Amino acid sequence: MTDITAQVDVLPGLDPRAPLLHVEDLNVEFRTRDGVARAVNGVNLWLNPGETLAVLGESGCGKSVTAQAIMGILDTPPAHVTGGRVLYRGVDLLQLPESERRKVRANRIAMIFQDALSALNPVYTVGFQLGELFRVHRGTSRREAKRRAAELLDQVRIPDARRRVDDYPHEFSGGMRQRVMIAMALALDPEVLIADEPTTALDVTVQAQIMNLLAELQRERNMGLMLITHDMGVVADVADRIAVMYAGKVVEEAPVYDIYAHPAHAYTKALLESIPRLDLKGRPLNVIRGLPPALTDIPSGCAFHPRCAYAREICRLEPPPAYQIAPQRVTSCHFVREVLGV
Amino acid sequence: MFRYIVRRLLQMVLTFFGATFVVYALMFANIDDPFQALVGDRPLTDTQRAALNAQYHLDDGFLTQYWHYVTGLLTGDFGRSLTGRSIGEMLAQAWPVTIRLALLAIVIASVIAVGAGVLAGLRRGGAFDTVTLVLTLIVLAMPIVVLAPLAQLVFGIQLGWFPPTATRDANLYQLLLPALVLGTLVVATELRVTRASVAENLRADYVRTARAKGLAPKRVVGVHVLRNSLIPVITLIGVDIGVLMSGAVVTEGVFNIPGVGFNLLRGIRTEDGPLVVGFVSVLVIVFLVINLIVDLLYAALDPRIRYE
Repeated sequence: MTDITAQVDVLPGLDPRAPLLHVEDLNVEFRTRDGVARAVNGVNLWLNPGETLAVLGESGCGKSVTAQAIMGILDTPPAHVTGGRVLYRGVDLLQLPESERRKVRANRIAMIFQDALSALNPVYTVGFQLGELFRVHRGTSRREAKRRAAELLDQVRIPDARRRVDDYPHEFSGGMRQRVMIAMALALDPEVLIADEPTTALDVTVQAQIMNLLAELQRERNMGLMLITHDMGVVADVADRIAVMYAGKVVEEAPVYDIYAHPAHAYTKALLESIPRLDLKGRPLNVIRGLPPALTDIPSGCAFHPRCAYAREICRLEPPPAYQIAPQRVTSCHFVREVLGV
Repeated sequence: MFRYIVRRLLQMVLTFFGATFVVYALMFANIDDPFQALVGDRPLTDTQRAALNAQYHLDDGFLTQYWHYVTGLLTGDFGRSLTGRSIGEMLAQAWPVTIRLALLAIVIASVIAVGAGVLAGLRRGGAFDTVTLVLTLIVLAMPIVVLAPLAQLVFGIQLGWFPPTATRDANLYQLLLPALVLGTLVVATELRVTRASVAENLRADYVRTARAKGLAPKRVVGVHVLRNSLIPVITLIGVDIGVLMSGAVVTEGVFNIPGVGFNLLRGIRTEDGPLVVGFVSVLVIVFLVINLIVDLLYAALDPRIRYE
């Protein structure tokens, strides 16, 4: 692998010893005609090299918006980042001018999207779309870019890569298309990879292949992987730590083993109980009643209280503070002791 | 691909005969007394009339006449107009003029439509978008039969910016005003389709991917959005060439340009059946060929489309 820092203009204030990625009190709102939707309300996250952080939550909890805010690819308007910091190696990306920030994308922080068919441009060959990265960011020639594109396709185990660079996205199967997306994200050797539900659109056997490929490439390159998903099964296999999001907030954060063994937030516990289990076959499933709140009208206090089995008066009145209950374990629940059963 | 083209060509043969048959039947039903229309107020003797009737097969039944016409057509003989001139020759003189006019009109219209449409689509709801919306509505509401004489009067005669008429070997400058008028027929719809297409593609997932790749907005729009947005527009422009051919009837009439439309108009006025059918037949062929080219172009632009 070539040294990327030598090839990319050095960012002002970049500190190689600073944490890889640190999101601090991030706030994003969507200003629409129907009112202001508070999609992200003070998210705190951090990510280390070589680590996989799973961001877990129901649809509309703000996980994708958080990812897109980190990338800086939200549509503004309607989306506005109203507060917080996104620190990459000590540099606050939110303060960078757009031209500088563009160099961060794909070079240092790259992203994979859910539906590779719509995320790839239908009218250009995958070779063009991959090679574009080298041509724009590295100034390589068309031919050289195509050669490297084929190399990348080979690295993500697409058979017959040399011939397939000239194919269009619709000529690939779903799994192969997602491999193309992965190749695109890894092209410039980024340090952070954000994968937004990378396997949701795929069938189960292909899902496993893609997750294995991601894990393998991550290990090889010592990348920080932020995996956004709502699939608890995927998370258990690959994640080191989990951040559970609800209504635009991280409600619980913990190493993966701890969270499955001892959930410390009423929401996390309810989520885990709603997974069908073979040993509980025949018994009714514990589903979470109700729906996630509308982001234009988030409940007061703890946003989860209307659906929570533990909820009491205080949950409606006061937002719970973040309790540090163990090293690397943070939870925002008033009744953390009761939930943990201690 | 080859099989598709062959199939389309066979379909074109059917369409062509169907269309000429209909036009022929319409002209046949419409003809009242063409020779009287030809000579005007002067008297026409019975022997003259009988001779002319025999020459043009006017005493035969409709199907026999059509048969005569089609056999002539297949041997490349378009027949003679009622004024005695060879229609083939008239076609050869009229077409180059109309093609130049229509091409000029389509170039002007598409450049304006695509340019303004992309800008309006990029800044939807902005001042530029609103202004073009109002302008396109005005242009759409103005029929060419009003616009053509109006433009001729204002820009051609009163202001004197452009020559008010054009000759057979008119240069581009002489054709500019008629081409502008002709272009208004199609510019508004092309502009609005471009705008809608750009606005829609801007929201597409692949645009988000392009931004995530760290591409500059210029490249995101110029390379990724534009190619996708122009697919429906180019199809529309192709179809519009046909619209322009029909629009040329009025425009050429007003500006006195001796093209296809001008000849057609005169043929209809003088009840010159052979002339009208001859010109319409060629129009039909042009229209069919353009449609085929547009469909092939569509496949070239959008790799997802394949013809079997």
